[in-house]
Amino acid sequence: MNRTVFRLSAQAILGRRRGLVLALIPAALLVLALLVRALTDAELGVEATVGLGLSLALPLVALLASTAVLGPEIDDGSIVYLLSKPVSRHVIARSKFAAAWVATMALGALPVGIVALVVDPSEPRRALAYGVGAAVAGTVYAALFIALAALTRHAVVVGLLFTLLWEGLLGSVFAGVRWLSVAAWGREVAGELSPLVDDVAIGTAYAVIAATVVTLASLWFTGDRLRSFTLRGDE
Amino acid sequence: MSVLQLDQASRWFGNVVAVNGVSMTVRPGVTGLLGPNGAGKTTLIALMSGFLAPSAGTVTLDGEPVWRRTDTYRVVGLVPEREISFGYLTGRQFVRASAELHGLDDPGAATERALRTVEMTEPADRRVGTYSKGMRQRAKLASALVHDPAVLLLDEPFNGVDPRQRLHLMALLRQMGADGRTVLFSSHILEEVEQVARQIEVVVSGRHAASGDFGQIRRLMTDRPVQYVVIADDDRRLAAALMAEPSVVAVSLRPGGGVDVSVSDFGSFAVRLPRVAREHGIRIIELTPSDESLESVFAYLVEG
Repeated sequence: MNRTVFRLSAQAILGRRRGLVLALIPAALLVLALLVRALTDAELGVEATVGLGLSLALPLVALLASTAVLGPEIDDGSIVYLLSKPVSRHVIARSKFAAAWVATMALGALPVGIVALVVDPSEPRRALAYGVGAAVAGTVYAALFIALAALTRHAVVVGLLFTLLWEGLLGSVFAGVRWLSVAAWGREVAGELSPLVDDVAIGTAYAVIAATVVTLASLWFTGDRLRSFTLRGDE
Repeated sequence: MSVLQLDQASRWFGNVVAVNGVSMTVRPGVTGLLGPNGAGKTTLIALMSGFLAPSAGTVTLDGEPVWRRTDTYRVVGLVPEREISFGYLTGRQFVRASAELHGLDDPGAATERALRTVEMTEPADRRVGTYSKGMRQRAKLASALVHDPAVLLLDEPFNGVDPRQRLHLMALLRQMGADGRTVLFSSHILEEVEQVARQIEVVVSGRHAASGDFGQIRRLMTDRPVQYVVIADDDRRLAAALMAEPSVVAVSLRPGGGVDVSVSDFGSFAVRLPRVAREHGIRIIELTPSDESLESVFAYLVEG
């Protein structure tokens, strides 16, 4: 990893309005958790708030963080200032991912665990399991969305569609989608760590391998896209 | 001493040919890449800096292909036309990031040296987003110079730079060329190129139109036939009289009035036109050059 690229990427996340939006997402989730705790039964409350965190808040945070570190620079071509240096493009991709990953963990995965604990403080193991599951899913989301940012200028729109349609709507309607759903992989890992978490019956080994393969493939793809970045004028 | 070599390099995007079979050698010293907007200058610089693969032909630096070779940037500094979008960084942070990415032993000292070179020490603690166009250009140049590159490629470096800074930048480029660096900059303004570079490469519509010493190119440009529109009180008689002049190579009547005159020797034509008019009792109402645009000069070079 290159520390300079990591630092610049972190500044790109925090230095724009995205930083504020990123902080608002876990804040909203936490407020919701407090409301749920005050108004409903803990068991139901945990499932509802953590479900929202895993399937919506977490991918949204990952999407905003991952696209912030790469999307604008590719859009306006200013990434050429990073790429015209003797640093491997794969190292640049990994360093940018690292910055997005830290943001996703801090503002996406960690809040999922905290929310579970807030709603039901009597089950810290379950909260930890949800937190680890969210970390697994958040890692995949961050890598996937950074690859999306390297692939298309419309990464935010495509990422939102993926999150809302595939992970959200289709995932809840068609059981088969769980095999290819990032949130399901995270939930499966969480289920392995706590008997109180309903897993999705795809096998922990499958979930971990799928998450690892997609993460590594996305990072390799991002580096390869950066290797092929072309500078074009307005002419 | 580094040499950039393009050998029959072409680049096309779908059906559009941006660069067509260009061969040129860029040696130590300052080379001006001259051409109108849309001529393919940026594409050529992208090819030379390894940011574009040639569709055909080769682009090499000291014999090694530059495409997809990140090591090339140890000796190449690039100042793209693209604006810096790192508005959240100060100028100093931006240049220092470059120094760090180059893995320099003392990035702080290299940063200060580069900032001093482009006279940006004072505003270096302001955010890049607050800079004027000229200051951003200098910050970009400092970032490209921070590792003391043997090759410097600059895409339209004088765009938006005020006259004082322009003179400073020009002096800087000349000095770098004199120091033995291989400096290539693009411009669509003849006078800019004339003031900095002796070696000129002219590109028009993606083709290499001319190459050589500025004096030769300038002569080619000024010796071309020039078009004028002359409006007189009797266009037809004026056209007949002008046709007899050796300096005039073609004459045609304009449908809305006036005469199109193509002149091979402007000096003689300027002397003869009033005399011809007086000899034939014709009154000249208006004389206008009709193709003084840079594009027409470049088009002539291509056709010639």
